[in-house]
Amino acid sequence: MSISDWFKAREARRYTTINGERAAGSEVPDGVWSTCSACKRIVYEGQLVEYLRVCPHCGHHFDLNAFERIGLLADPESFDEFDAGVGSTDPLGFVAAKPYTESLESARERSGLTEGVVVGRATVGGHPVVLGAMDFRFIGASMGSAVGEKIARAFELALDERRAVVLCTASGGARMQEGMLSLMQMAKTSATVRRLAEARLPYISVLTNPTMGGVTASFAVVADVVLAEPGALVGFAGPRVIEQTIKQHLPKGFQSSEFLLEHGMVDEVVPRGQLTARVTTLLDYLARGGERA
Amino acid sequence: MTRRYVMEFERPLVELEAKLEELQRLDLTANPELVAEVATVAEEIEALRESTYADLSAWDRVQISRHPDRPKAQDYLAAVFTDVVELHGDRAYGDDEAIVAALATVDGHRVAVLGHRKGKNTRENIARNFGMPHPEGFRKAMRIMRLANKFGLPLVTLIDTPGAFPGIEAEERGQAWAIAESLALLSGLRVPVVAVGIGEGGSGGALAIGFGDRLIMLENAYYSVISPEACASILHKDAGKASEVATCLAMTAADLAGLGIVDEIISEPSGGAHRQPEEVFGAVRERVSSALTALAGADPNELVRSRYERLRSIGVIEEGSG
Repeated sequence: MSISDWFKAREARRYTTINGERAAGSEVPDGVWSTCSACKRIVYEGQLVEYLRVCPHCGHHFDLNAFERIGLLADPESFDEFDAGVGSTDPLGFVAAKPYTESLESARERSGLTEGVVVGRATVGGHPVVLGAMDFRFIGASMGSAVGEKIARAFELALDERRAVVLCTASGGARMQEGMLSLMQMAKTSATVRRLAEARLPYISVLTNPTMGGVTASFAVVADVVLAEPGALVGFAGPRVIEQTIKQHLPKGFQSSEFLLEHGMVDEVVPRGQLTARVTTLLDYLARGGERA
Repeated sequence: MTRRYVMEFERPLVELEAKLEELQRLDLTANPELVAEVATVAEEIEALRESTYADLSAWDRVQISRHPDRPKAQDYLAAVFTDVVELHGDRAYGDDEAIVAALATVDGHRVAVLGHRKGKNTRENIARNFGMPHPEGFRKAMRIMRLANKFGLPLVTLIDTPGAFPGIEAEERGQAWAIAESLALLSGLRVPVVAVGIGEGGSGGALAIGFGDRLIMLENAYYSVISPEACASILHKDAGKASEVATCLAMTAADLAGLGIVDEIISEPSGGAHRQPEEVFGAVRERVSSALTALAGADPNELVRSRYERLRSIGVIEEGSG
């Protein structure tokens, strides 16, 4: 048995199928369950879907992919993706351990996405917005040229069409494999946020697990209102880097959403089930400030 | 003899130089057969010196950029600028010595100056946290950016940091927030901004004050998304592969000029800026001054627009059909 077959077999063992009965037409496979990584209790897939992938026992928020995020926030049928084909190339011919082109290819295969962020026009609670969500499955949704370009275009399009911007972030940071081209995306995206702000169009960001490094330190946190999902890890330097630097263990809950709220870095920690309503209310205030409620 | 800081790649040369010194201490009149050997060693040294400093790898340059004797921001302030008034504090938390802020004059141009500030010795380096700012450092920088903007002073920045400090308090006080705000603010300043890479350009902490209308870099300075050691330990699980990774990351001044990120490179004396600092100070004064002259009198709207276009054009992508 090859190593990859062994992993597949192990993966298969993680799910136990029983002959449960479910409503016809459900896409959820019958009786599939997984274990909550926080409380270790068993959660049925059907229940997870119903609870927006929040553990019904302990409230742990499971990670979502980009389209799950968008499905959560966008009004039904309102999302219209743009720049879906924008992707990174390998401008530096980067090879370390394995070629960057290989990482890109396998990320594309695995996620079905071209890059680590999905952006499009949508309405949220009836408000015209540009909505974006990052997808951690794609090389940790790290920001290289393509992610930076898509974010920049999202802000420019919002400016042109006078839309608000709502972004759900999740990222390991800047993408090492594109070197300085990646670092400069931090300045580029922050500059586009500034232009939207000058036009007094609202920008709401939702920090989700995990948002780190060059993405936190650029467009993610310079929003008008910064929300965070419960328990998300958000920060600049990764916990391991900090531990190695200061030679100390980090306190429990360090760099969590709740920690950030306590230190004045985010406006509110919003449970997933309330997120859409909260974003809608915020847009009511920020985008229709001059109108009577 | 004082102990000299030796960089990895110059070790063979330094060893040979030590040998020559030893030979020269001998009484050559008593050992006439050694005279020829001294001459040979001296010749070898000359040849080796040339080859050692001729073809520097990215990793060699990283070491030069970190050389303890390399001129630091405060040396540039003292040598390149006149009428320097240092300004302190972020008006919210404290005064981060890892960032130096000043009003100063360079070749007749009145400007605001921001720089990462490393120390020259251990005591200074502890006070300045080895040039790694906390959020209050970036907030001090932003204060000076606003001041420059308000009074129409061009901004000159001197980049030299291993990176923003990765620590508990830095995170508590919003390291990412401070950097992000600085990036947004800097991108919209209505005065000319000339950035100069004088040493290390470590990631977001460098970028926070590290871009503008012109980016000038010293030949042996580097500018990178991540330190080669950190990149090697993530991708190879082996920090020892840093020298390989340094080449991959395209982090030297020449690499970055090739990518269109760096506008000008200031060449350094053989072996690095610390060998002939005066020469480097003169070149920096001249290049900064001519960049400021070129940008002087530009319409502020035009400045902001062209800076935006400059940033906007950076990146290499493909447009698929999706």
